Parts: sequence; structure tokens; C-alpha cells
Amino acid sequence: MNGDQKKYGGGWSWWHALFIPLFVIVLWVPFYNVAEPSFIGVPFFYWYQLAWIIGGAVLTAIIYFATRSNE
Amino acid sequence: MNGVNWVALTVFVLLFGFITWLGFVAAHWRRGDLDQLHEWGLGGRRFGTMVTWFLVGGDVYTAYTFIAVPALAFGAGAIAFFAVPYTVMIYPILFLAFPRIWQVAHKHGYITAGDFVKGRYGNRWLALAVSVTGIVATMPYIALQLVGLQVVIAAMGVSGAGLVGDLPLIIAFVVLAAFTYSSGLRAPAAIAIVKDALIYLTAFTAAIVIPIQLGGFSHIFAAVPAQKLLLAMPGPNTTGAYGVYITLAVGSAMALFLYPHSLTGILSASSSHAVRRNAAMLPAYSFMLGVLALFGFFALAAGVDKLPEFAAGFARYKASFAVPALFLHSFPSWFVGIAFAAIGIGALVPAAIMSIAAANLYTRNIHREFFNTNPTDKQESQIAKWVSLIVKLGALVFVLFVPSQYAIQLQLLGGIWIIQTFPSVVVGLYTRWFNDWALLLGWAVGTGTGTAMAAAMNFTPTYPLVLGGMTFSGYTALYTVILNLAVAIVLTPVFNALGAARRDETAPADYHA
Repeated sequence: MNGDQKKYGGGWSWWHALFIPLFVIVLWVPFYNVAEPSFIGVPFFYWYQLAWIIGGAVLTAIIYFATRSNE
Repeated sequence: MNGVNWVALTVFVLLFGFITWLGFVAAHWRRGDLDQLHEWGLGGRRFGTMVTWFLVGGDVYTAYTFIAVPALAFGAGAIAFFAVPYTVMIYPILFLAFPRIWQVAHKHGYITAGDFVKGRYGNRWLALAVSVTGIVATMPYIALQLVGLQVVIAAMGVSGAGLVGDLPLIIAFVVLAAFTYSSGLRAPAAIAIVKDALIYLTAFTAAIVIPIQLGGFSHIFAAVPAQKLLLAMPGPNTTGAYGVYITLAVGSAMALFLYPHSLTGILSASSSHAVRRNAAMLPAYSFMLGVLALFGFFALAAGVDKLPEFAAGFARYKASFAVPALFLHSFPSWFVGIAFAAIGIGALVPAAIMSIAAANLYTRNIHREFFNTNPTDKQESQIAKWVSLIVKLGALVFVLFVPSQYAIQLQLLGGIWIIQTFPSVVVGLYTRWFNDWALLLGWAVGTGTGTAMAAAMNFTPTYPLVLGGMTFSGYTALYTVILNLAVAIVLTPVFNALGAARRDETAPADYHA
């Protein structure tokens, strides 16, 4: 941590930047607003978004463990 | 009382009896002096990772969510799934911003967002604006929980004219009010564990059993009309449904943890680590919410709205009747009792936490600030207990005497109002650059404009913003909070030049462990 981060309260880590691609993935609607490829009868629009709930949880867990030692 | 589903009603009443008992004995759980506000209203900040998980989950995923999200999928289709990117985004926000508020609140004994704003900016009027916004946005939310309860009680065939028909709701309300008064936040925390066990049991049983009954997901999605299955492609010169979907997700995610009841759940955690761990664990609820949204399609595929036995329910409660009808159609009566109890208890837990959060705000940021500046601990907690009763009584009267459409419209406005506290609260966690009077004016402009835009659109959540020949239909709350921030940014140098004193009782080191 450098002095600047301490000045603003700290707690920032470059690991947190991993959240940015997650936001892009779930907000890029034109990419996933399609029916195919479907999965066990569920259109892409639905299973893609549900899968990224799990993806988001895994990512948050990774960031939690990666930044835990900094606290 | 013809057509009462006695088996379901018996299971429902037994489970309600159990959580009533639990609500009262919870007063002794992790025992503390309930004559102190942080004990009654925050459970003494003693809840570890697991209890916080149940509490925040029980708090954020309300009975109204379980009824309204599938109802939106049932009625409007794919647009209801904005709830999924919304839930994906709330946890990074929780992970990044809210350990900071936990730390600073712990250090300075803050119980509400109003306490934090008062300490951070030293401006009681800005704190008052944040607190009043919190209370006003919460009240219709409590009323909607009771509407959720009303739907499942009616679905069990309990109905009647006048007071007799309303009696079950009044009994549930009295139970809720009594255990909240006596046990404070410990009651919903204990009951949330039972509620979540029932909700998970119901959701996952339904997600497995109903698709098998309906012949698999291919059959279910084949029954969904093509125009509901995907979002409509935007036409020329408009962002169309895509813009609506994205702005609803982003705006809702920004608003969620500003609601007083969410913050109460977070501040009751025993450490900021517990808050962070929860950010990784809470998506289990999000996944369930996504599955629940699919129930709207299950109901379409089962054709419950065309069955004569549900005609009266749909006539009265519209799409909100889709999930209760689906459960009645698909499950044996005893399991319907469990599922409806899950939704009913799912109404009581957030209603209890919301009333406690509103009571904390009134007591700390209005009563103590403007009426009795030096109460004893006992007086302070006593005021909070009474206010929690008044808030709930207000919600009950509203539900009994005002058409539920107004509660829905007010809750929608509540979302537009609560997001206006984002600059003062969330941005305030990171920087003290903003001038407090500039923030207050930004809040006023955002609130006024948002209310006017919603009224102009007949109380629907989106507004067609026209800029340079392009139409951007999107969530009014998000548009107006951007306006709010812009006003605050422009006015900050102006107020600073006028030479107002800059007060801040917090230090940068207070925000992290």
C-alpha cells in the first residue's frame, strides 16, 4: 500500500479490478439476448445469466481469499 | 368459509406458531441489555458470518420478491430477469463499500446511515434528509410484505367480508409487533434461519418436481410466447428494452444496500470480515431468486390462469397470484402449507427488520437530534420500541384500507427516493470532497425531479429520456441520481468559496481494519 491509499482509507487492491469484467459480462445484453445455444431446453438468455451468478460468487470468493492477508 | 384448504392451513398455522415462540425466546439469545438501542436495534453487533448470512438473506429476499419477480416473468417475460444481473452486481458493492461503513460505524457507535452522515459532514439537515428518505422509502415496503402475506392467506381459501376476512392478517401483524417489541433484531435473526430453510426446501423442490410434471424445460419454454421469451430488439434511434434492462439492474443494485433494513443487517455483523465473507456467500440466494423468476414461466406452461378454480384469485390479485396458484396446482396440500408458510414467514422477517431500522432512524436522527438531545439509554430504546409499533400499524392500516396498487406505486417511488442518498452515504465512504450543502441540494433536485418524472409516466419505473434525437428509455432512479451527483459536483466549489466550515469527526484510518 502506498501513502495515497492510506490517505483515502486504504482497503483498495488491484484484485478488486476483477469485478469490472464481471459487470461487463452481465450487462452486455446484446451478446446474450439469444435463444441458442440452449441447455437442457433452457434458452441461452436464461442459463447464461444464471451461470454468472455462480461465476460471480466464485470470483468474489477468490478476491476475498486473495485480499484477506492485506487486512 | 367454503373451500378452505384445511390441511395446508393447519401446516401453515403450526409453522407460524413455532416461529412466534422462537421470536419471543430470541430475547435471551446472545443475551444483552435490551434497554440499550444497539442491543435492541442491532443485536449488540454480535452476529457472526452465518447468522449475518441468514439475516441479510432473509432481509433482502422478501415475500414480495418471491411473489413479484415470478409475477413479472409471468406477465411481461424476459424483462423480469433484470433481477439476475442486479443480484450479480450487489455483492461486489457489498464487498467493496460496506466493510468500510461497518468499520466506521463500529468505531463511532453509529447505528444508522443518518448517524454516519451526521458524523462525516457535521450537518444535521443533511442527516435529516437521509433519515427521512430512509423512513419514507421503507414504509410502503413493509406494506408490500403484508400484501404478500394477504395473497397466500387468500390462496388457502380463507376469505370473508369485512373484518373477518382481514382477521388472519391482523393476527399475523399482532404477533409480529409483539415479538419485535420484546426481542428487537434478535427475533428476525432467529426466525430468518427457519424461514430460509423453508424457502430453500420449497424453491428447490419446486424447481425439480414441477419441470418433471410439465415434461421438461423444453416444454416449459415452448409454452412461453415468442415476444416474452427474449427482450425486444431496439428499433432505430432508441436503446429500447436493452437500455431498460441495464438501467433497472444498475439502479436497483445501487439502491439495495441504501435501504435502512439492509444496513441494519450489515451493521449487526460482528466484524467487517463477516461482511466480506457474506458477499461471497450471499449469491446462493441470488441463484434461488433466478430460479424463482423461472416459476413465472412454469405457471405459464401449467396454464394456471386458465383453470376455473383460480379465476377468482387472478381476478383479485392479477399476476401476483401466479406462484400461489402454481403451488396449489402442483403440490399436495401439506406441502402447499409448507410453501405458503415459507412465503408468509418470508414476509414477517423483513417487515420486522424494516420496522426496527425505521425506528432506529427516527430515534437517533430525528428524536435525539431535534426533540430530546440527551436521552438516557433506556429512554432511547423505549422510543425505538414504540416507533417500531407505530410504523407497523401504519403499514397495516395502509394495506387494509388502501388499494394495493398504491403500495406498489409508493414502493416504486421509494426506490427513486432512496437512491438519492447514494452520494452522501456510499460516495461519502470514500471521499469528503463534497460540500454538505451541495449534497443536500443535489438530494433535493434528484428527489423532486425523480418524483415528477415518475408521476409523468403514470408511476411506471422507466422514463424515455430524449437526447440528441436518441431515446434512452431507462430507470428513473438511475437518471435522477446522476443529476443529483452533477448538482453536488457543480455546487461544491461554490459553497466552498462561500467559506463554510468543514467538519468531519471521522479519520481516514476509521474506515478499515
